[in-house]
Amino acid sequence: MTALNQLTLTQAREGLAQGEFSAVELTDSYLGAMEAARALNSYTAETADKARDMAARADARIASGDAGPLEGLPLGVKDMFATEGVATTACSNILKNFVPTYESTVTSHLWRDGAVMLGKLGNDEFAMGSSNESSAFGPVVSPWRREGDATPLVPGGSSGGSAAAVAAYLCAAATGTDTGGSIRQPAAFTGTVGIKPTYGRCSRWGIIAYASSLDQAGVFARTVNDAAILMRSMAGHDPKDSTSVNLRVPDYEDAVGASVRGKRIGIPREYRVDGMSQEICELWEQGADMLRDAGAEIVEISLPHTKYALPAYYIVALAEASSNLARYDGVRYGERVPGKDIIDMYERTRAAGFGPEVRRRIMIGTYVLSAGYYDAYYLKAQKVRTLIKRDFDDVYAQGVDAILTPTTPSPAFGIGEKGSGDPVEMYLQDVFTVTVNLAGLPAMSVPAGFSSDGLPLGLQLIGRPFQEETLFSLGQVIEDAAGRFPVEDLWWSK
Amino acid sequence: MSVDIGTVRRVAHLARISVSEEELPALQGELNAILAFVEQLSELDVSDVEPMTSAVPMTLPLRADEVTDGHYPDRILANAPEAEGGFFTVPKVVE
Repeated sequence: MTALNQLTLTQAREGLAQGEFSAVELTDSYLGAMEAARALNSYTAETADKARDMAARADARIASGDAGPLEGLPLGVKDMFATEGVATTACSNILKNFVPTYESTVTSHLWRDGAVMLGKLGNDEFAMGSSNESSAFGPVVSPWRREGDATPLVPGGSSGGSAAAVAAYLCAAATGTDTGGSIRQPAAFTGTVGIKPTYGRCSRWGIIAYASSLDQAGVFARTVNDAAILMRSMAGHDPKDSTSVNLRVPDYEDAVGASVRGKRIGIPREYRVDGMSQEICELWEQGADMLRDAGAEIVEISLPHTKYALPAYYIVALAEASSNLARYDGVRYGERVPGKDIIDMYERTRAAGFGPEVRRRIMIGTYVLSAGYYDAYYLKAQKVRTLIKRDFDDVYAQGVDAILTPTTPSPAFGIGEKGSGDPVEMYLQDVFTVTVNLAGLPAMSVPAGFSSDGLPLGLQLIGRPFQEETLFSLGQVIEDAAGRFPVEDLWWSK
Repeated sequence: MSVDIGTVRRVAHLARISVSEEELPALQGELNAILAFVEQLSELDVSDVEPMTSAVPMTLPLRADEVTDGHYPDRILANAPEAEGGFFTVPKVVE
């Protein structure tokens, strides 16, 4: 019999409903796996007592016929979501002792629907990074290894803890946040399904802000259907976030398995970037074939301003970050370092509290917003953003339903391999994903193949605004054709 | 566009991050690498383009101007490094 923690979320839901096991048994299975997987460093906090308590209450509701849609399902939460009474640090020293007195809207939806919280999952500091190496808790180690090679690999970032924990069976599914690819890139690196919905689909209230016009919550799961189940609970209007939209949330599970016959899938020629490896090119072609075989029509499209997305992203994101992170001043929360006056106190507090990548990004953001440079940088980047959005609007107006691209330009890399000399090297990880955030669109990464050294690779599906259902239908077609990519060697627990 | 050491020092102060003199050259190199990267945007003529102000077209909602939340100072101050008498406290600002 499969260990309970290795069941998919969909299977676990069925098992609980049929009374094959209890929520407490399921939760204990995860807590045991978490204890044996501390070498992966995916959790920043394990909330075992809270989890057992929530599971016991879930069992009581199942017994009395009051089960919610996620009743008894054990989940992990990225440490960017405020969780009441549980340390929420953004993996930064400046928030190391921060214990929120409130719950983020997205996580409150999960608990409302009966889910069990196993703990908080690591990320790059303030979600700034593509490898989870900038966390104040140290890097998260991927459960994946190259064939015949024990080099520790990154799980991607910024939601690296979420991706590693879902892939390593340390939670049934997890929340993530995605500002430039922070769900999709780690999903691709770990053989998991990751979806970032349309900007406005999930409330940002209670999520630690990085770049407010780009940030969006989303899901990591082991199957497309699992992601659909969680997405439905997380989404929905919230008066506390003025950018959250008041639209009906569909039952995304209905879209899983729906026919994609006649759907028009665009292949953007500008995503064939210089130096893209042969195996990524082949994966992309195989993905197009899978969708064609299921009755979709594949068309070549052009998104002419793609090459400007990454520079525009880094201006917009860093400018907004410098503004958002101004609040960490040692006054209202976080660690304070005393100084000779209040300015000195701010400067010492922030120098001690922020790691090098965060400090670098705040400084760039401060520079591009400083007097005399606003028009040349931020305003210009927002105009480029209009052009990037228009590229997508044009292809959708021509009848394209979704766009297929690779998720990342390469498979997972080793811890310490990238970005130590030049920060831009790491930024290039996001080349296929940032366009989506700039245009506010929904996108999903689905595992679709292996690299030559045995690591999972992902394909990205980009949808029309608020048409996440199309992504779930197309994602299931790829999952059916390519199969799933479960981690088979649990080397860390031996 | 590239920045000199003096600009890095000024930006660090504007960002309220204390930076030692020894750290400045390395930061200057990193900042210039990022600024050189975003310089690609200068190829584009955007004089006739409106800047994006909202990722998804929407009108910001309005609500009645009334108190809907609050009255729990203890919770607000729970994470403050220093608090006294229901207030955040900071080093003396006015002489």
